[in-house]
Amino acid sequence: MATPTLDKTDKAEAGFADSPFITATFRIRRFNPEVSDEVQWQDFQIEIDPKERVLDALHKIKWEIDGTLTFRRSCAHGICGSDAMRINGKNRLACKTLIKDINPDKPIMVEAIKGLTVLKDLVVDMDPFFQAYHDVMPFLITKGNEPTRERLQSAEERERFDDTTKCILCAACTSSCPVFWNDGQYFGPAAIVNAHRFIFDSRDEGGEQRLEILNDRDGVWRCRTTFNCTDACPRGIEVTKAIQEVKRALITRRF
Amino acid sequence: MPAGTLYRGREGMWSWVAHRVTGVLIFFFLFVHVLDTALVRVSPEAYDEVVATYKTWPVAFLEYGLVAAILFHALNGLRIIAVDFWAKGPRLQKQMLWTVVGIWIVLMVGALYPVLGHAVRDIFGS
Repeated sequence: MATPTLDKTDKAEAGFADSPFITATFRIRRFNPEVSDEVQWQDFQIEIDPKERVLDALHKIKWEIDGTLTFRRSCAHGICGSDAMRINGKNRLACKTLIKDINPDKPIMVEAIKGLTVLKDLVVDMDPFFQAYHDVMPFLITKGNEPTRERLQSAEERERFDDTTKCILCAACTSSCPVFWNDGQYFGPAAIVNAHRFIFDSRDEGGEQRLEILNDRDGVWRCRTTFNCTDACPRGIEVTKAIQEVKRALITRRF
Repeated sequence: MPAGTLYRGREGMWSWVAHRVTGVLIFFFLFVHVLDTALVRVSPEAYDEVVATYKTWPVAFLEYGLVAAILFHALNGLRIIAVDFWAKGPRLQKQMLWTVVGIWIVLMVGALYPVLGHAVRDIFGS
């Protein structure tokens, strides 16, 4: 970032008018149960470099215009999975979405992810999401005595579930799923992805239990292959493919 | 609490919406179809009368809509089966959807004369 900043000062001193800043409107869906039960859209106009991210814009609004704006963020670099939100109608991470990529000429719509209860502004209740995650037992299950050395695995065996190890539990997939919007009982893509990560791990011996859990009424069979989850995943996980592999495992293990 | 904006899903989501809509429309058709067929047990004359109204041109356009719904539902149904049971299915879902739409257009053009031919003759005279 050092060079562009220097450029900027040079240009300003030389009297150049072409600043990288643009005026962008952020239309944010506000909800504060302490003030009103009504939800309302609020516009914020800010001067911002389009090469900055939506999260930077939210920071600017919170720090300089309206301190009551509430949203989650932690690492701000696409790893912690805190700032999944619906930006221009699509689930994305605010920290991985550049303003220039989402057409700042029109108001940029920012709202909470769908299907989970909104607590305030962009913050939702994530408990049902994490409950579904816990229900698939996302940890190594083995039988017998603990080995005295590491559990070996070939590169191919590791490759088998590599895609699903990338999940950061941001809930972008689960809250993009029409089935989940309608029925919060559905395990949702994220839980299935994390089950897939262990079902197809050669070291794990709890696959049968996890498959049984996902064979439930609210398990993988609720998936209608809308591919919203695959499109929404900020880590590029092929979520629908993982769900399909679990479905196929459920069918083939019995026959 | 209002639900907010419409989710901007892509091909996958809209094909699912279309699949649902066509599915419900086909169900309503089957409902009517069972009723009109059951009418023959009430009285054959009443049945003839009802079926005669099916031969009018407005119904021909409804039939063309029925062909459209059934063709899309059938072809997209094959795509969904491929997505679920074929290892490469999820990765090729968009290409398969455009193939479905392509075949659907060809078949719809093919159905123009057989389904709507008599309606055109009804409207403009033969």
